[in-house]
Amino acid sequence: MDPHKLVKMANEIASFFEAEPDRAIALEGIAGHLKRFWDPRMRREILRWMDEHQGEGLKDSVRAAIHDHRDKLLGGV
Amino acid sequence: MYSAKEFDGGTPARVSDQLVTLEIDGTPVTVPAGTSVMRAATEASVRVPKLCATDTLEAFGSCRLCLVEIEGRKGYPASCTTLVEPGMKVRTQSDKLARLRRGSMELYISDHPLDCLTCAANGNCELQEMAGVVGLREVRYGYEGKNHLKVLKDESNPYFTFDPAKCIACSRCVRACDEVQGTFALTLEGRGFDSKIAPGAGNFLGSECVSCGACVQACPTATLVENSIIDKGQPDHTVVTTCAYCGVGCSFRAEMKGSEVVRMVPNKDGHANHGHSCVKGRFAWGYATHPDRIKTPMIRQSIDDPWRCVSWDEALSYAASEIKRIQAKYGQGAVGGITSSRCSNEETYLVQKLVRAAFRNNNVDTCARVCHSPTGYGLKTTLGESAGTQNFDSIDHADVVVVIGANPTDAHPVFASHIKRRLREGAKLIVVDPRSIDLAHTPHVEASYLLQLLPGTNVALINSFTHVIVTEGLHKEDYVLARCDHKEYEKWKAFICDPRNSPEAMEAVTGVPASTVRAAARLYGSAGNAAIYYGLGVTEHSQGSTMVMGIANLAMVTGNLGRPGVGVNPLRGQNNVQGSCDMGSFPHELPGYRHVSDPGVRALFSTQWGVPIEPEPGLRIPNMFDAALDGSFRGLYVQGEDIAQSDPDTQHVTSALRSMECIIVQDIFLNETAKFAHIFLPGSSFLEKDGTFTNAERRISRVRKVMPPLAGMADWEVTVALSNALGYPMHYDHPSQIMDEIARLTPTFTGVSYAKLDRLGSIQWPCNDKAPEGTPVMHEGEFVRGKGRFVITEYVATEERTSRKYPLLLTTGRILSQYNVGAQTRRTKNVAWHNEDHIDIHPHDAEYRGINDGDWVAVKSRAGETVLRAQLTERMQPGVVYTTFHHPESGANVVTTENSDWATNCPEYKVTAVQLVKVSGPSEWQRQFSEFRDTQHNLLPRSS
Repeated sequence: MDPHKLVKMANEIASFFEAEPDRAIALEGIAGHLKRFWDPRMRREILRWMDEHQGEGLKDSVRAAIHDHRDKLLGGV
Repeated sequence: MYSAKEFDGGTPARVSDQLVTLEIDGTPVTVPAGTSVMRAATEASVRVPKLCATDTLEAFGSCRLCLVEIEGRKGYPASCTTLVEPGMKVRTQSDKLARLRRGSMELYISDHPLDCLTCAANGNCELQEMAGVVGLREVRYGYEGKNHLKVLKDESNPYFTFDPAKCIACSRCVRACDEVQGTFALTLEGRGFDSKIAPGAGNFLGSECVSCGACVQACPTATLVENSIIDKGQPDHTVVTTCAYCGVGCSFRAEMKGSEVVRMVPNKDGHANHGHSCVKGRFAWGYATHPDRIKTPMIRQSIDDPWRCVSWDEALSYAASEIKRIQAKYGQGAVGGITSSRCSNEETYLVQKLVRAAFRNNNVDTCARVCHSPTGYGLKTTLGESAGTQNFDSIDHADVVVVIGANPTDAHPVFASHIKRRLREGAKLIVVDPRSIDLAHTPHVEASYLLQLLPGTNVALINSFTHVIVTEGLHKEDYVLARCDHKEYEKWKAFICDPRNSPEAMEAVTGVPASTVRAAARLYGSAGNAAIYYGLGVTEHSQGSTMVMGIANLAMVTGNLGRPGVGVNPLRGQNNVQGSCDMGSFPHELPGYRHVSDPGVRALFSTQWGVPIEPEPGLRIPNMFDAALDGSFRGLYVQGEDIAQSDPDTQHVTSALRSMECIIVQDIFLNETAKFAHIFLPGSSFLEKDGTFTNAERRISRVRKVMPPLAGMADWEVTVALSNALGYPMHYDHPSQIMDEIARLTPTFTGVSYAKLDRLGSIQWPCNDKAPEGTPVMHEGEFVRGKGRFVITEYVATEERTSRKYPLLLTTGRILSQYNVGAQTRRTKNVAWHNEDHIDIHPHDAEYRGINDGDWVAVKSRAGETVLRAQLTERMQPGVVYTTFHHPESGANVVTTENSDWATNCPEYKVTAVQLVKVSGPSEWQRQFSEFRDTQHNLLPRSS
């Protein structure tokens, strides 16, 4: 999967959840959306991008969501 | 004329708590107050002769055949225009009445051709029948006098003929056009002997007529008659079925001669359409037997090879072996399937079952991905169910109607007529659309407010609209506190009341004056019942899901949910969008919108299907393309969908298709996707199979087989056979058994069966123990999710921006005469209205670029370039252009981008930055398309 496209998609998801005033809920929302709607190969790729490219291009909230909810996102990957 | 032997009460049925008892020919009859004497007589099985009356139209009282005698009254009143009164004593037969009726008939027949034996209406002509009923035996006036017998026919319309010589000036056609369709295209011109029906100033084709067929249906003679009846004669039997076009899901009577369709007539008992139709459902069914139909399975190794006709067994064995080979080589997740909203519930259910149980993954998606997937996400999140809240008839109780990003007169024409009727009764209309749609300005209907926003700014608009409601105290706090989650509401309220969401702050974004937004919001907020209807102009955006939630927020905060006359109503583009989603076509949901991660739900399906269900979501359609290009997705089974034409960024889609090793297409035609396929399984049209469709109001209706499948197998049988070939046996003898399985596994369908559908005509889900006969209005008393959830809907501008290079915004849509990718309607006489796609442009933008009406112009975007003919229209606002995608060579989706809704990946078809330049020839893509199309046609066997 094209990581740049996944970065764009993840950032757009984050833009929605960032409107939530409670940051913890917002991060949970971002991670939960990736978990519920992304095929495992897409989650695998975004995690790889985080690890190998330090999440280049990802919004801070996406990095934080992946950091805080890595185990959840790894499920099924 | 109406379908033969269809009940006609003469005047419309009335609904009233007050009942009136009267006596007709000595028989007591009790009917609702407001009923006509004619209708009361009909309900007492007393037949009063009539010509100008019919129960789809208000009484007119012109033909003088329905005269009756009423005790204590002078004269002979017309029974159609006389209302019942308590104790009234009516006589429908007497010597005097018989003489009067015969006298009227003599006058009619004295100016009517006596060609009954060769007339198209012979056997189903009300005039002929009434002549018999009144006992007409002579015409004392003769035929030598002045008459209309030599007036020329109007044969301009491709589907029906107007023969004025046979007209009796009953005005039923004029009234049908006015009252039923709401177009007011016809008029009764002249006076006295010179009276004649006229379609405006010219002929039917050149007039305002939209060819809905209402006039033809209402005509009691052969004055307006279907050309198919002229060609083939009267039918010998009728089968009730459901239209295969838009999400209105009209019920039709397929009138047959053996296994040949003679005509399609809208069913007066149809719960969605109440006897009305549009040009597509009524007339555009000829594609089903078009010579382009492929009736033999075909296979080939590569898309550069010629197709080889093979047996069903060979095709299915080859398909199964290829799927197994790919999975063995690349992994279980390397294959998937796509279902179509053009297919039945049973068919889509089987395809997702095949993917989950035989492919053993969740890589199944449906074309709703590219239209209404945000509706599913948005309404599920806020209200708890991925469906519209009302039935269509709910609009009869609406005081304010809001239409957002929808063009009902073109895309949902039968419901548009229903809307217009309600508006003529006095309801107010607010339209939110970048274009000035026809509904905003039709005869006797003028929108109170047209909020002509810039494409891509829906969320900004809905936030500012709702801001006005809440900050001006027009919301229903009591309703919210009783029915919604308080904590979420408080957070949302703080958000929506923030000045950044005010109309004044958003005016620069939306382009809509703040004062107009405020006025429209006040109208909505102060209505007793306000109903919202929306279309793809809401969903096909980068914030499509956000907008759906914004609409739900607005409806909740004003208490406009949970009763007739209100609601949030997605107008589904295709006939079975709702159904294909209900059936578990999404990669993250099993049937009934239950997430695959739920172990309890998986256990239910595992037990029934005998295999474990994958707990992780699969690939969505755009993800499939990306995975194909990265090599992890190599095989695809596509039933009834044409992703190569309908999906955005065509070059990306076709690159992905070319990269796959096995594409199996099941379709009635060699569509654009099939040109990239390795296996072609011939499909069956809606006339060739049994099943059900679920329309935009959650109404499940039967599709009934009227002719055998042209290729020998119905679509559901093909999927069963493919599954069997894969080693996962499926056993169904009839689609009713598939529905029984759906009912066993889906809580909202537990009460649905073919027997009940036959008994009730149609059922709106949820249909279960709590609602054994279905649910017309959802969320009564409580939301499906329990407490309604307000969601913060921050406006986020799309990344697709105009620039100096691409200064215009392109938005796409559809028109009345064509349907979706046009595979069906392009193969009908509907091309008389639209034989190519145009680019609509405002005259100012055209003048600036030196473009004249009819010029070829290149439409260039960041994704690609195509060439279309310009059509100058003030329907567009300056800066915005529009096209349709009905013709593949137009390449509308060559220009659209890969941008998509953040939540669902629904493409952002509605916002593409473009430039328009006058040119003299096709684009490079169009040249390549043309070459590829010719090559692929040459690879077809001659017999196909």
